[in-house]
Amino acid sequence: MADYLPHTPDEVGEMLSFIGMGSLDDLFAHIPEALRLAGGLDIPAGRAEPDVAVEVARWGDANRAAGLTCFAGGGAYDHEIPSVVRALASRSEFVTAYTPYQPEVAQGVLQALFEYQSLVSRLSGLPIANASLYDGATALVEALNLAHGATGRSRMLVSAGVHPHWRRVAATFASGTGHEIEIVPLRDGVTDWSSAHAGDDVAAVVAAYPNYLGALEPLDAARTVANERGGLLVVAGDPVSAALVRSAGEWGADVYVGEGQAFGTPLSFGGPYLGLFAVREDQVRRLPGRIVGETVDAEGRRAFVTTLRAREQDIRREKATSNVCTNQTLIAVTAAIQLGWLGTRGLAEVARACAVGAHALFDEVTSLPGVAPAHGSPFVREFAIRLARPASEVVEAMAGEGILAGLSVGALTGGADPSIEDPDHVLLVSVTERRTRAELDHYVSTLGKVVR
Amino acid sequence: MMAAMPGARAASAPLMGREVEPTMFELSVTGRSAAQLRTTGIAPRDLGEIIPSEHLRDAPLETVALSERDLVGHVTRLTHRQFSVDLGMYPLGSCTMKYNPKFCDTVAGDPRLASVHPGAPAALTQGWLELLVTLEERLCAITGMAGVTLQPAAGAAGELTGLLLMRAYHASRGDVRRRVIIPDSAHGTNPASVTLGGYEVTTIPSNDRGLVDLGALRAALGPDVAGIMLTNPNTVGLFEEEIAEIAEAVHEVGGLLYYDGANLNAIVGVVRPGDMGFDIVHMNLHKTFATPHGGGGPGAGPVAVAPHLVDFLPGPRPTRLAEGYGWGEPAHSIGRVHGWHGNALVLARALAYIEVHGSDGLARVAQHAVLNANWLRRRLAETLPAAYDRPCMHEAVLTASPIKSATGVKALDVAKALLDEGFHAPTVYFPLIVDEALMFEPTETESVQTLEALAQAIESIAQRAGSDPEALRAAPRHTPVGRVDEALAARVLKSTEDAARPR
Repeated sequence: MADYLPHTPDEVGEMLSFIGMGSLDDLFAHIPEALRLAGGLDIPAGRAEPDVAVEVARWGDANRAAGLTCFAGGGAYDHEIPSVVRALASRSEFVTAYTPYQPEVAQGVLQALFEYQSLVSRLSGLPIANASLYDGATALVEALNLAHGATGRSRMLVSAGVHPHWRRVAATFASGTGHEIEIVPLRDGVTDWSSAHAGDDVAAVVAAYPNYLGALEPLDAARTVANERGGLLVVAGDPVSAALVRSAGEWGADVYVGEGQAFGTPLSFGGPYLGLFAVREDQVRRLPGRIVGETVDAEGRRAFVTTLRAREQDIRREKATSNVCTNQTLIAVTAAIQLGWLGTRGLAEVARACAVGAHALFDEVTSLPGVAPAHGSPFVREFAIRLARPASEVVEAMAGEGILAGLSVGALTGGADPSIEDPDHVLLVSVTERRTRAELDHYVSTLGKVVR
Repeated sequence: MMAAMPGARAASAPLMGREVEPTMFELSVTGRSAAQLRTTGIAPRDLGEIIPSEHLRDAPLETVALSERDLVGHVTRLTHRQFSVDLGMYPLGSCTMKYNPKFCDTVAGDPRLASVHPGAPAALTQGWLELLVTLEERLCAITGMAGVTLQPAAGAAGELTGLLLMRAYHASRGDVRRRVIIPDSAHGTNPASVTLGGYEVTTIPSNDRGLVDLGALRAALGPDVAGIMLTNPNTVGLFEEEIAEIAEAVHEVGGLLYYDGANLNAIVGVVRPGDMGFDIVHMNLHKTFATPHGGGGPGAGPVAVAPHLVDFLPGPRPTRLAEGYGWGEPAHSIGRVHGWHGNALVLARALAYIEVHGSDGLARVAQHAVLNANWLRRRLAETLPAAYDRPCMHEAVLTASPIKSATGVKALDVAKALLDEGFHAPTVYFPLIVDEALMFEPTETESVQTLEALAQAIESIAQRAGSDPEALRAAPRHTPVGRVDEALAARVLKSTEDAARPR
C-alpha cells in the first residue's frame, strides 16, 4: 500500500485534537450513517509503483499496434516528435499548473498560449484563434453552435467529406441543441452541394479540406452555397496540409476547425488531442472557450491575460457561448513548441515529405492488381484505395507483416455512408515524413501478396 | 497551531523570473532552424506535379525561425514565469491542485500505450482495451454505478453528456420534460451545460446553512422537471446532509439526479454517489485522481450511470468478451461525444493512481483532504472566519469581509498579496453567494508545516491590511508581472502576434 500523503501518525493525532476531533472518521460524522460505505470500496488494495508498473507493462505488451509501421491516419498521424519537444513540453511548470486565473504568476502558460493562438491564426488564415478545444470533433460542434448564435438559424449543411466520427459527434450534441444536420453526399470524393435541400434558412455550411478521404475539393462551391443561403462557411482543415495548400481564410471561411494532434502529440490511442479553432473578427464575441490577449501590468510592462471573459460560463452561466472550462492547454502549448522547433522551413518540409511519400505510395499500390483509386480527386498526404478484399482483412493480414496498413473506411463509417459506395472495401492510407523508401517498398510488396 | 513543529519552511516566490520574455516571433532570425527529419530516401517531386495549382498556396506559410538552443532558452524562461503545484502550494478552492505523482506521467509516456493509433483494430489494441475496461470497473465501484463512458474530455463535456443521457432516457419513455434544477451555488458550467442540453435552468436558493433548501426544492419540482444537478459536497465545501430526502423528492416527480463530481475527492471511499440516490455521475479525473491540470487541460470527465441508463451511454464502449476485449455499441446509445475514445493517456494516468492507492489508499486521500481543510479553517478562524460555522469537507470557504469592513482591503487584495508570499491564491469571489469569499482547498498532499506557513502569511497580510492597506492594494510586487490591465486587454484585443498592439 502506497500513497503520497505527508502526515505522520503523530501529526494526524495533533491535527485532529486541534480541530476537536477524536478520529479521522469523526470528520465524516455529519454524513448520515446509512449513506456511508461499510467495508470499503470493492477494488483491490493499493500496490507500490513498481508493482503497478508490471501490470502497465503487460497492458503495453498486449498492444500489438504499438510495434507496427504506421500508415494509418484519419485525423491521427505518426509524426516526428523530437527529444527537445518532449523535454520542453513535459516541464512540470506547464504540466502541473492550473488554468491561468492569476496572471501575475501564470505568464508562462499565458504567453505560450498567445504564441499558439498566433500560429493557429497563420495556419488557418483567420485573425482570431482561441486557446484550444478538446479535439477536432468537438471543435466542429462549437463551430455549429457559433453559427447558430450568429444567424439565429438551426439548419447545418455538413459535407459527407467531414470525418465520420466528427459527424457522429455533431449529431449527438444536436440532440440537445435541436440543430438539424443535413449530410451532403460526396460524388467521386467531392461534395455534391446541388443535392442539398433548397432553402435559405442555413446557419452553417461545413466543408473539409482535404476531406477525410484525402480529396482536395475547391471550396468556392461551398462558399457560394454559404453566400446564397446566408450561413457561415466552416472549414475543417488538416493543419499540416495547410503548409502547402490555400488556407481556410483564403477560401473565404468564417470559421476554421481542425485537429492539432500532428503538432507534437503522440497517437495516444486518440487523446488527449487538440481542437484548433479560429474565426474572422466579426465572430470574436461568440468565440467558445478561452482566449489570451496582450496587455500591460501596473508598471507598464507587457503582460498576457485571458480576456473577453464575459462570454464564458463562469460569468454568463446559462447564457454563455459554450460550456467549455478546462480545455487542452498543455497540448496547445506542446503544439506551439513543436511548431517553434519545426519553424517555417521544417513545417514546409514535413508537409512536402508527407505529400511526396503519399503520392509515391499511391502510384505504386494503384498499379497492383486488386487495388484501384477510390476516387479521382487530387490529394495531399492521405488517400483512399478500393481493394478486392475487405479492408479490415487486409489490415489484419498486413499487421502480421509488421505494418498498420491504414484504416478501413467501413470501420470509420460504421456501415453505409453518403461519402462513398461500399466503404468496407475502401482503405484509407496516410504517409508521414517518418516513412522511408524501404518501408514503402515493404508496404507495396506485402499489399500485393495479401490483397488477392 | 501545533506546539513544536519539525520541518522547515520552503519559499517559492524568489524563483520566478521578472524579465519580460520576447515572443518566439520576436526571437526569430530568418535562416535559423532546429528541425531534423528522417532521411526517407523517397525521390523528391515538384509539388506542381502532384497538387493542382488552384489549391497551392501563393506564398510559403511563415511561422518562426529559431535554433534549438533559442527554443530551449525561450520555453525554459517561460516556465520560470509560471507557478505550479511542483513549485509550491496551490490552495485554489474547487480546483483540487494536489501533487501529481510522477509515476503516472511515466505510465502515460510508455510508448507501448502512447504510440498506439486509435483506429487500429481491437485485435491489435488488447492492452488498451483491458486498461479501459479495468478503469470502467474501478470507476463503477468507486461511484456505486452500473456503467460508465470514458469519452468525455473534461468535466463540462461530462456534464453535457450526462444531460443528453437524461434527455434520451426521458424521451425513451415518451416523456417530454423542460427544466433542470440547479442550486445557486453551482459552478457556471452547470447552467451552461443545461442550455446546451436543451433544457431551461431553474435556480433554487441555498439556505442559511449553505445547503439546498429542501422547501424551495419541493416548490420548484414538478412533472416537467427532467432532473437536478448537484455537487456533494457542494461548492461551499459542505455535505448535503439531506441528500436522501432530496433524491426521494426528485425521483417522486420522475426526475433524475445528476452528480457533479467536482468534489468527489472529498468522499471517495467514504460515501458513494450511487448510495446517495444519484442516477448520473461525472468525475473530473484531473481532480479526484490527480492527473495533472496542464495549465487548463487536458482533463477527463467520464460519466457513470445507474442500471436504467446504461443502454444510452455513448458508444462504442470497450467491452470484455468471452476471450479478450472488443468494442460494443449500447442498444440506445446517444452516440459519440469524442472524436475517438476520450483522453486515453489521462485515463491511463488515473488508473495508475487508483491502482497504487487501492481501496484504503483512496479513502485515506479523502480523509486527509478533509483533515487539512478543517485544520486550516480552525487555524484561520480569527483572521478569516468561515462563511458557515460548521465542519467543512475538503475545502473551506472563508470570508475577508471583517478585514474589508475594518481596513477596506478586499478578498482580491489578500489573494494578490499571497502571491508575493510564494503561495498561489485561493479562489476568490466564488461561490457567488458568499461575500468577499476566499475559498481554500489545501488538498491532502500538503504537509502541516506548509499549512502553518500559509496561515502565518495570511496573518501577516491581515496585520498589514491595518497598517499599510495601500501596499496591499498594489500587491503583488515580487511576481513576474504586477496586476495586469484586464480592461485594456478586452478593449483592444491583441490575441496574436499579427494584431496591432494595444496602447
